[in-house]
Amino acid sequence: MALAYLPRSLVSLFPGMPGRIQVEAASVSELIDWLDYEWPGARFRLCDAGPVIREHINIFVDGEKSTLSTALRPDSEVYILTAVAGG
Amino acid sequence: MSRRVLVLVGTKKGAFIVEGDERRTDWSLRGPFCEAWPIHHLNYDPATGTLYAGGGSEWFGPAVWRSRDLGDTWTQSGEGLTYGDAGPKIRKVWNVTPAHGALYAGVDPAGLFRSADGGVSWTHVQGLREHPTCSDWQPGAGGLCLHSIVPHPSDPMQMWVAISAVGTFYSADGGVTWTPRNKGVRAGFLPDQYPETGQCVHKLVRAPDGPGRLYQQNHCGVYRSVDGGASWEEITEGLPSEFGFPMAVHPRDAETAYVIPLTADHARVVPDGKVAVWRSNDAGRTWTALRAGLPQQNAYVGVLREAMAVDTLDTAGVYFGTSTGQLFGSANEGDSWSLLADFLPPVWSVEVALVES
Repeated sequence: MALAYLPRSLVSLFPGMPGRIQVEAASVSELIDWLDYEWPGARFRLCDAGPVIREHINIFVDGEKSTLSTALRPDSEVYILTAVAGG
Repeated sequence: MSRRVLVLVGTKKGAFIVEGDERRTDWSLRGPFCEAWPIHHLNYDPATGTLYAGGGSEWFGPAVWRSRDLGDTWTQSGEGLTYGDAGPKIRKVWNVTPAHGALYAGVDPAGLFRSADGGVSWTHVQGLREHPTCSDWQPGAGGLCLHSIVPHPSDPMQMWVAISAVGTFYSADGGVTWTPRNKGVRAGFLPDQYPETGQCVHKLVRAPDGPGRLYQQNHCGVYRSVDGGASWEEITEGLPSEFGFPMAVHPRDAETAYVIPLTADHARVVPDGKVAVWRSNDAGRTWTALRAGLPQQNAYVGVLREAMAVDTLDTAGVYFGTSTGQLFGSANEGDSWSLLADFLPPVWSVEVALVES
């Protein structure tokens, strides 16, 4: 199962959401679907119209910046990160 | 003294509640709420006792937060706040207004959404963006925001909305169709200064004496309408500047209105470093500066479009928040003022709720 790390600022929006999860998913989109099933509304927070990953959310799969269609391997490591921002 | 006065403050870094009793002399502060998200508007639905906070995160998109326990706990949702996969991306919620058992949200880019389940999910009121002028709508410096939602006092089918740099629209059929209501409103920044749309309305408010009397603070002056916005008369004369953002109306006296003129164009702070709220008691024919208790030296503060409100107590209270984090209040209709809170993040909105103790 892929191992995904979630940002604290996302976790704080959904009671019970852990900062690290193991998910059986074939793609980033499937991973987000699983999150949305467990915590309804999670997909809306990560994805915008298109659908695409929101502009200031970065998802890295095995060290590479990904899109929704990026494939996951059973041992993939996924980091969902918020972009650095000022102000 | 059985009710509490809750001054609801939306800021760049979360929502706050400044709370006192009906004497309005001692205040306490709670917050920040909503995970310190940018909150453009914090409002209260007296029918359900629910607080609603509209805003948007650069990371996570638009949301309406809700609290059914006056701020102790909050949940958020944005489900349905979308123009679809082919439409423009919605950046933030600018206004949340309860009316007739529903909740409405104005968003950026400009559009209107309706929730029938207390903000859990949202449905696009499509008729507004189906107006033939929509393709010409252009954002101003504050974005293309639908910032004012003015329900009819008794008829749920009627509503006014106002969009920055676009103007005022009116619907009589529950939002299916909309008509511009900008006749007589000047757009001094356009070659045609009186177009059908393109007026930069900064705040639209309704007077309490019936559905027909509206006021607006515009980029280009202050205006009054007595026919539901079908026509407008400029009432800027007597003010130190035609520019300003907020406007409020007395809860019972339709001829008493408040504005906070700012120096145009780049400064957008109070003139001469002296803070003043200007009040008219004759529907804008004359204006009086209210300065008692407000800083009168070296105070270069701005006040944004949602950041002034009135309460409904017998002697009405008036409140406003500044872009530099001060919250001022008056318990005597503006005659004198005091500082209710300081060192807040930039204040984006102020509303008032009266709740039972």
